[in-house]
Amino acid sequence: MRGFLYLIKRDLILAYRRRGEFSNSLVFFGLVVLLFPIGIGASEKLLSEVAPGLIWIAALLATMLSLDNLFKEDFQDGTLEQWALSKHSLVSFAWARLFSHWVITALPLIVVAPLFAVSLSLPADAIWVLVLSLLLGTPLLIFIGGIGVALTTGLKKSSLLLPLLVLPFYIPVLIFGASAVEVTAAGWSASGQLYVLGALFVLGISLAPFAVAAALKVSVSQ
Amino acid sequence: MNIIAKWYYRLGAPNWFYPLAGKLIPWVALIFLALLLPGLYLGLVSAPADYQQGESFRIMYVHVPAAWLSMFVYAAMAVAAVVALVWRVRMAEIMIISSAPIGASFAFIALVTGSLWGKPMWGAWWVWDARLTSELILFFIYLGIFALYNAIEDKQTAGKAMSILTLVGVINLPIIHYSVVWWNTLHQAATVSKFDTPSIHIDMLIPLLLMAAAFQFLYLLLLLMKMRANLLEQDLASGWVKKVVFERNKKLGRR
Repeated sequence: MRGFLYLIKRDLILAYRRRGEFSNSLVFFGLVVLLFPIGIGASEKLLSEVAPGLIWIAALLATMLSLDNLFKEDFQDGTLEQWALSKHSLVSFAWARLFSHWVITALPLIVVAPLFAVSLSLPADAIWVLVLSLLLGTPLLIFIGGIGVALTTGLKKSSLLLPLLVLPFYIPVLIFGASAVEVTAAGWSASGQLYVLGALFVLGISLAPFAVAAALKVSVSQ
Repeated sequence: MNIIAKWYYRLGAPNWFYPLAGKLIPWVALIFLALLLPGLYLGLVSAPADYQQGESFRIMYVHVPAAWLSMFVYAAMAVAAVVALVWRVRMAEIMIISSAPIGASFAFIALVTGSLWGKPMWGAWWVWDARLTSELILFFIYLGIFALYNAIEDKQTAGKAMSILTLVGVINLPIIHYSVVWWNTLHQAATVSKFDTPSIHIDMLIPLLLMAAAFQFLYLLLLLMKMRANLLEQDLASGWVKKVVFERNKKLGRR
């Protein structure tokens, strides 16, 4: 437990000292959202209709692209190997690393998401559901994505492999996340979608670290 | 040594598996043809035309078995993944990597024939419906497994990584399936698996089951061939491959 907390603290301090690097995914998120009004036209009605899916896809892509350096540094400088050799379990290492990554990259994104939602003229009550669905969904994206990253860590060129591995597994999160917002914007209750998202959240954050740890063990042993 | 342990060691030994598979291949091919030919005849010629869909329903005899097999192959790969991870059987890894392209092909056939069937029936080549979408995702998962294995150079590591991914996919497949079902739906409901009152005519059902069994043996046939090829490729430098090549050359009268 002490090692676990120490790890989270270390990651947060590291991230704080290199703020520029981690704001990249936030900027990317903003840029993707910006592309849509330019690409499909700036009509208010059209934008408010596609806004839920649009923001969710932008968040998904930003999260996925931020994953690349999830384990890379720890792998290259030997931290991962030391952790694997130590008495601490790799599962808790994986959990701490994924959690701090969520705090660093996804949390800022959730904070600014309402701004973008307003700019796309999403109805006000749907914005709260958007924030809630992102709170439940982005950890899932990172925990599932972590499996893909752990499998490809140690590969020299893996730039296009990661999306290929991870995106099919992102689909349920996208479906329920976007549809929760969409349904609220249409004036219905989104509790069904949010419950499913919550169930997936619990499933993901409790099971994925085991797969991540197993994959890291394979990557370390080579 | 008890019989299970004996099989365990033997199945792990390529020099035992390779000739055995070679002996099995013609028999499996024979059974495949014996099921395929009557299946095709009964399905394409003698089965009555559908009262709603006319003759075009006959594409079902390729479409449905391919779709079933695309899922069956994944299930088989998942079992092999457990075997590979728990008991470290290398042959199970070979089986997974040999199955992935076959499963992807079956999924691809199911998608293409479904699209050909969909155009006259629904008036559209492609609809974002639950079954189609989840089949497409399954296709991509197959490609991912295949790509991961080929991206990792050390085949021992590649085999383990691929087994983990295959298992993760198993947890996700039902989630993906039900998520797209709830997302939206148009595809016709199951007609064969309802056993109490099968809503499919018996003359149509028999060829379908024959074709399904034929596809099952087609998978086995392709799997054995692919596993042999993969084993030869990976063990190129080992003694048993040299022996195989030597014996083959002797049989062909070469030196």
